[in-house]
Amino acid sequence: MEATARMTDHELAAAYRARRGFGRAGLYGALWIGVIVMVVPFFWMITTSLKSPIEILEFPPTWVPTGHFVEASAGTWEEVYVVTRDAAAGTAVVRSVEGGPSYTVEESLVVDRLRLRFRNYAEAWRQAPFARYYFNTILVTIFVVAGVLVTSSLAAYAFARMRFWGRDNLFVLFLSMMMVPQPVYIVPSYIILVKLGWINTYQALIVPWIAHVFSIFLLRQHFKTIPNDLYDAAIIDGCSRFGFLWRVMLPLSKAVLVAVVIFTIVGTWNSFLWPLVMTDTPDVRPLQVGLARFSQEQGTSHELMMAAATFSIAPLVVAYFFAQKQIIQSLATSGMKS
Amino acid sequence: MSWISTLRRKKFMDPLTAALYIVPAGIIVAVFRMLPIGSAFFLSFFDVRMGRIRGFIGLAHYAQLWRDPSFWNSLGTTAYYVAGVVPVSLFLALLAAVLLNKKIRALGFYRTVYFLPVVTSLVAVSMVWKWIFHPRLGLLNYAFDRLGGSALLWLEEPRGVFELVASAAGWEWWPDGLAGPSLALVAVMIVSVWRGIGYNIVIFLAGLQNIPDQYYEAARIDGASPMQVFWKVTWPLLSPTTFYVLLSTTIVSFQVFTQIYLMTGPPVGGPMGTTKVIVYYLFERGFDAGGNMGFASAVALVLFAIILTLTLIQRRIVERRVYY
Repeated sequence: MEATARMTDHELAAAYRARRGFGRAGLYGALWIGVIVMVVPFFWMITTSLKSPIEILEFPPTWVPTGHFVEASAGTWEEVYVVTRDAAAGTAVVRSVEGGPSYTVEESLVVDRLRLRFRNYAEAWRQAPFARYYFNTILVTIFVVAGVLVTSSLAAYAFARMRFWGRDNLFVLFLSMMMVPQPVYIVPSYIILVKLGWINTYQALIVPWIAHVFSIFLLRQHFKTIPNDLYDAAIIDGCSRFGFLWRVMLPLSKAVLVAVVIFTIVGTWNSFLWPLVMTDTPDVRPLQVGLARFSQEQGTSHELMMAAATFSIAPLVVAYFFAQKQIIQSLATSGMKS
Repeated sequence: MSWISTLRRKKFMDPLTAALYIVPAGIIVAVFRMLPIGSAFFLSFFDVRMGRIRGFIGLAHYAQLWRDPSFWNSLGTTAYYVAGVVPVSLFLALLAAVLLNKKIRALGFYRTVYFLPVVTSLVAVSMVWKWIFHPRLGLLNYAFDRLGGSALLWLEEPRGVFELVASAAGWEWWPDGLAGPSLALVAVMIVSVWRGIGYNIVIFLAGLQNIPDQYYEAARIDGASPMQVFWKVTWPLLSPTTFYVLLSTTIVSFQVFTQIYLMTGPPVGGPMGTTKVIVYYLFERGFDAGGNMGFASAVALVLFAIILTLTLIQRRIVERRVYY
């Protein structure tokens, strides 16, 4: 009994499971099923993006992009499209990928090899103004992030440090805006942007988003934890009110500011509904709307669509692998999921 | 040192200076949040076509809405969607979080993988899943084929899932009312659960890690079984987290649009309109040819009212069971 009392939770949990016939293997098995379910769609996206249009149509599908080759002359291989295979006769009817007549070869001479078609990416990039879309999204994201940082720091400072009539009521009014779902205000917002003449402009994608109530809330909560003594000391040293925000408060709030930057970037990069409604020309169209349009216009070239999907999510996914801890934390606090 | 606090009070009670700091955010919030919400309310009483107000019509839009069968259809479709996504997502996320909380090796790896879809854009994810669901060439039907099942139409299947199950079981006839959500809608639900589950897992995991070890220790000393530990310790202490996840998943699910817009159709609204959810209906009535933004505003407010009511009801029900 003495030994049992000193068992760690870990050992005890293991003992429980061993008794119930559900060991560590089952636990890890379940977790790995989850991993497979989460990863396979991404794997499938990348695999598809590297296949040839012909290979896309093959059923059963191949797990890795595969090309069929026939040795044309010693040392040189020609990529072919297999029209039919006759297993009984051991022959295959093939055709050169570039077109041309079909001919029959011995099946054993057809060699399957890994064949990655990176040119799908260039092709997809060319078929729609993706460079422009990318530029638009990056531009909008930069301005929104900068705007959110400025407006939120200032407002949070006022709400946290200054005492003025109606402060708390105003703050609650701000907070209540978080409860209103986007579909509710998007129609009147459209009318307002029409009246401002902002439809199909960068302003329409930037200005309404440079104030973010939740960021104000988050920063205010943090600012409130910074002791008043610090303020007194700074004032005695001749620091101005703004100087205190700039030189003391903000440097002490780096972690919160990073969180705000992260969820603003992810939110802006992935936002779809708003730009879908507020833009209809490629000049200002951001990446997500451009991608959606591409997918609707393409329709059948799955390898190109998957290439476009890959290069659209790539920047955030790469950033995610480098800073997953901060990104998970930031998005979890922001309550962002769609 | 009383002069300092006097100084501070003086400086900090000046509303004009405070206004200077609040104005940048305030203007944006006023013009692009408060004003639109106010005008949604206002516009819903007016005939607004081609961006022009054409006259006051009182509650006519609401009456029209009430009589419109496609409104009720879209509401029913949304209800199916919410009723499917929310419990499944919560259950799977809680299960994963409980497993992850068992002091496993490489916790960070699993968390990173499960959370990955949250970071990726819904547009890209919808495209990938549409391809996976492809009736002829899709990965899923290939897997079904290998496992001896028969291929399904997935996103192109208008028939209800219960009806499909019944017909697979050999029933010749099945009542229309019990057909259930179309397979197309269920496919969209699968994608939504897949996309959002990582977020719920992370929240649940944080909640589980906040439960103090003493409780588990006490339960252990009392000789509780793992099941008892879960239902008597974990579940009640986790309830504030569960409540939050339930609420946020419900609210997000009610607003589903992007997945449906990208994955189902053409025709718009999915096979036989079986994936036309309420936000889809809203946009159709507001922005399509002959759209009436006053009417769309009425739809938006009804949606808002539903979400608000559900939030309040959930809060009421859960309040009694939540152990803070």
